[in-house]
Amino acid sequence: MREKWKIFTNGFFKDNPVLIQLLGCCSVLALSVTVQGSLGMGVALTFVLACSNVVISLLRKVIPDKVRIPCFIVVIATFVTLVEMIVEAFLPDLYTSMGVFLALIVVNCIVLGRAEMFASKNGVLDSLLDGLGMGVGYTIVIVAMAAVRELIGSGTFWGLRIIPEGYQIGIVAQTPGGFLVFGIAIAVLVKINNRRGKEYKPEIGCEGCPLQCADKSECQKEEAK
Amino acid sequence: MSNLIVGVSPHIRSKNSTQRIMLDVIIALCPALIASVVIYGFRALLLTVISAAVCVCSEWVWEKGFKKPVTILDLSAVVTGILIAYNVPVGMPIWQLIVADVFAIIVVKMLFGGLGCNFMNPALGGRILMMFSFTSSITTYTYPANGIDALSSATPLAVQPELGWNSFMTLFLGNHGGVLGETCILALLIGAAYLLIRRVIKPWIPLCYLGTLLVCSWAFGAENPVLSLFMGGAVLGAFFMATDYVTSPVTNKGKIIFGVGCGLITAAIRVFGNYAEGVTFSIIIMNLLVPYIDDLTLTKPMGGTK
Repeated sequence: MREKWKIFTNGFFKDNPVLIQLLGCCSVLALSVTVQGSLGMGVALTFVLACSNVVISLLRKVIPDKVRIPCFIVVIATFVTLVEMIVEAFLPDLYTSMGVFLALIVVNCIVLGRAEMFASKNGVLDSLLDGLGMGVGYTIVIVAMAAVRELIGSGTFWGLRIIPEGYQIGIVAQTPGGFLVFGIAIAVLVKINNRRGKEYKPEIGCEGCPLQCADKSECQKEEAK
Repeated sequence: MSNLIVGVSPHIRSKNSTQRIMLDVIIALCPALIASVVIYGFRALLLTVISAAVCVCSEWVWEKGFKKPVTILDLSAVVTGILIAYNVPVGMPIWQLIVADVFAIIVVKMLFGGLGCNFMNPALGGRILMMFSFTSSITTYTYPANGIDALSSATPLAVQPELGWNSFMTLFLGNHGGVLGETCILALLIGAAYLLIRRVIKPWIPLCYLGTLLVCSWAFGAENPVLSLFMGGAVLGAFFMATDYVTSPVTNKGKIIFGVGCGLITAAIRVFGNYAEGVTFSIIIMNLLVPYIDDLTLTKPMGGTK
C-alpha cells in the first residue's frame, strides 16, 4: 500500500514533472496567465495522462519496440481528441482560452515521457497512479504559477479584480515574466526538496533522453566514452 | 586603477577597493544630478534619493534574510539606484520606480550571487522591466518647465529636430524632454572626464561605442548622425552603463569589440527598429555576449602554448 502511495505522490514534489523533470514547459509558460485556464489545462492533462498510461501499460507487451513512439502517439491522440470534443461542447469559453494548447497535449512531453519512462514498463495500477500523480503535480505547478502571475501581472484572481486598475506589473503576465516565475519556482522547489533530504538524482538513461533515437547502440557507445 | 592592465601574473596589489571605485562613480554622477534638478525641479532629487535608498534597503534585507555577509557598504547598490532614477522621466510614479529598484537588486543582482556575478547591468534590467510594464509612464517625457504645469513631449529621438546650432545647444545642455539623467550632455561629460582622470574607466568602450554609433547612423541613413550622439541615453549608456566592470569584457581588445557591438546595435534599433531608443537593448545584448568575448580575447601567458 505504501509503495502505491509513494508512486502516486512521487509527482507532487520529489519528481515533479514540470519543475524537476522540466517536461511540458511550453504549455506551462504559455497558459499560466489565468488561474481558470490553468486549472482547465491541468485537469485535461491529468485525464489524458492517466488514461493513456493505463492503455499503454495494457498494451506494453503487444507494442513492438521499434514503432513504440507512433503507437504511443496514437493512443494519446485518441484521448486528446476526446477531451477536446468534450471541452468544446460543454466549456466553450475554456476551449477558446486554451486555444491550440489543448490539441498540443498530444505532443506534450509529460504524456509521452511518462508513457516511455513508466507505463511501458510497469503494471496497470502503478501506471494509473503514476499518471494521476504526475497530472496532479503538473496542475499544482501551473495553477500556483498562474496565481502569482495573474495577481501581480493583471491584478486579478480567477477573473476578480484584487489589485486596483493601474497598479499591476505587466511584465509578469508577459513571456519574460513567465520565465522569471518559472525559474524562481524551480529554485524554491529544489530548496524544499533538499531541506527534506530528498535530493533528486536524475537517472538519465535512454528513457529520459529527449533524442529518442531508434538505434540505441550509438547512445551506449557515447556513454561508454 | 593606476595604469593597471589586466594580464597574466605577476600581479601587484593596489589600494583600490570596490567602495572607492563606486564612490568615484557616484561623484561622477553628481553633475548630472545637479543638472536634472535645475532642469526638472526638485522631484528629480527626490526620485534619485528614493531610488538609491530602496536599492540599498533591498540588498540589506536580502542579505540579512539569507544570512549572507552584508555588502551594502561597497556602495554598488547606490550606483544602481542612481542609474535607475536617471532612466525615468520626472513624472514617474514613485511605486513604479520602487518596483524597478527591487527587481534590479533582487532578481538581476542578488539571485545570481550578488556583485560580480550578475550577467547583466542591474540598472538596465530595472529599465527593461519599466519599459515593458509601465510603458506609458516611462515614455511620457515631461518637458522642462519651472512650474507644476509641466508639458509632456516626445523624446527628440522621435521628433528629429532641425539640424542647427540652436538645437545642438539645446541637446547639449539638456533643456528638453527626456529622462532625468540623460539629457544634460555637458554634465555627463564632466562626470565622464572625472572617471577617466581617476582611471576608474578606460576610454575604449565609450569611444568605440559613440564612434560606431556615429558611423553607423550615417551609414544607415539617419537624418543627422552627429546629433544622434547627443540624443537619448547614448552618452549616459556609453560612459556609465556599458563600462560596468562586472558586465564588460576584461581585456582592451574585448572592450573594443564590446563598444563596437553596442554602437552597431543602437544605431540599427534607432534607424530600423520600432523603438525610438536602442541604448538599453544594445548594452544588454552585448552584456550577454561578454563571456564569449572574454573567451576569445584571453591574453596568453608568456611562453604559453596554443
